[in-house]
Amino acid sequence: MSESGLKARTAASGLRGALADGRFVVTAEVAPPRDADTEAIARKVGALRGWVDAANVTDNQGGNVRMSSLAGSILVQRAGLDPVMQLTCRDRNRLALQSDLIGAAALGIRNVLLLTGDHPTLGDHPDAKPVFDLDGVQLVWTARTLRDEGTLLSGKRLGVRPSWLIGTVENPFAPPAELRARRLAKKVAAGAEFVQTQYVFDVDAFARWLRPLRDEGVTERCAVIAGVGPIRSRRMLSFLTGTVPGIHVPESVRRRLAGVPEQRVEEEGRRVCVETIEALAALDGVRGVHLMVFGHEDEVPDIVRQAGIRQATKGGDDAD
Amino acid sequence: MGVERIRPFRPRIPAFLAYALHALLAENAFYRRLAAYVERRPVLYRWFTAGERVTKERLFGCRMCGQCALPTTGYACPMTCPKQLRNGPCGGVSPDGSCEVDRTQQCVWVTAWTRAKDAGRDADLDLLQRPVDNRQWTRSSWINYWQGRDEGLAVAYDDDDPHPALAGRR
Repeated sequence: MSESGLKARTAASGLRGALADGRFVVTAEVAPPRDADTEAIARKVGALRGWVDAANVTDNQGGNVRMSSLAGSILVQRAGLDPVMQLTCRDRNRLALQSDLIGAAALGIRNVLLLTGDHPTLGDHPDAKPVFDLDGVQLVWTARTLRDEGTLLSGKRLGVRPSWLIGTVENPFAPPAELRARRLAKKVAAGAEFVQTQYVFDVDAFARWLRPLRDEGVTERCAVIAGVGPIRSRRMLSFLTGTVPGIHVPESVRRRLAGVPEQRVEEEGRRVCVETIEALAALDGVRGVHLMVFGHEDEVPDIVRQAGIRQATKGGDDAD
Repeated sequence: MGVERIRPFRPRIPAFLAYALHALLAENAFYRRLAAYVERRPVLYRWFTAGERVTKERLFGCRMCGQCALPTTGYACPMTCPKQLRNGPCGGVSPDGSCEVDRTQQCVWVTAWTRAKDAGRDADLDLLQRPVDNRQWTRSSWINYWQGRDEGLAVAYDDDDPHPALAGRR
């Protein structure tokens, strides 16, 4: 468990504040509802507030239609958490991407997470036209150009520039393994300042991916936030490994989950998650974790407490 | 362009041969003048472009984006990626290297990586590829290349220029 994670402070708020203070960052994923229910997000945020530094609002995750990430981010903000707005290239061309980025800045969204997005054939509208006018790297590059150069892709000048923190994603476990760290380095050259990774279940493979990034100083310029989450059932395990692209669960974890009776899988899955967080927090170059709990936001405080990575800033018990 | 079914394409010629062909077709004063000549004559341009299309479609699955990335991708065409990613593979590549959209096909970036690496050209994949100009679809990429219009397609980053400018082409 990391020393920095245990430092309790009344610190600057949000993701940016936590990174600036050098605290061990905790973020959580918040999927917007499939309807216009404004309370759904407020409830999730209520469970997370005080336990995470920011809530990451997904953009039609998996190619399934939800409330827009921009609207979701505003609702997260209203409910009292710092949103990280995800934006994908799947559904928007370069005009829409830039206008949404500008709109997010105008509405006070301080962090954006820019990605290519899943292909629509994997989602609930497989008959949709895939856009992919830009790719994820180009979108990061575009965002940095808007903010730092103050120009659009067209070269036209912006008046008031956006000021969000720019994030990206990477999957340390997908082939070609050797290219993955270099691909993140490219995204950092494009302008990424933090990266959220795919689910980590294999800490050794993650450490192998991280090492060259640390050696070449990439982790100094881009905060690595490792994706984690509990496997709650055998069904979820087979869903994650069979249906969701790009998730790697090593044999050792599969064996652990197979070795307990079905009713204890949830408990064992959470233990695996907590141990993974502890191992990640001990790795040099990991700045935080991103929790993916799929609607079980109420479990976040327990996971965070058990992993000993943070004291609650409001409400909860002291860590450890 | 309609919305076609885009699937990863396995190049039909080995990378070393493609690199050799490229050396034969490399930009020079002769090709520059030839390109300008062809471009001024619409009928000739159509025939020339048709020839390019047939050749590159056969060999590389070319979709005629008009801004060829092949020399920097181990001669595996990124426009045959279902997401048309120009800057490397997405996170959905399966453990066996297959494409998330069509598990019967190898990810085109896995192909690109293997071919470029075997040829000692893996640094090409670190280049930042700028967004494509969608007005160039169906145009001849050879004519564009010979006239120097491809020069800004990709840019390298290094310690002197850790964040290359995105603008500069258009």
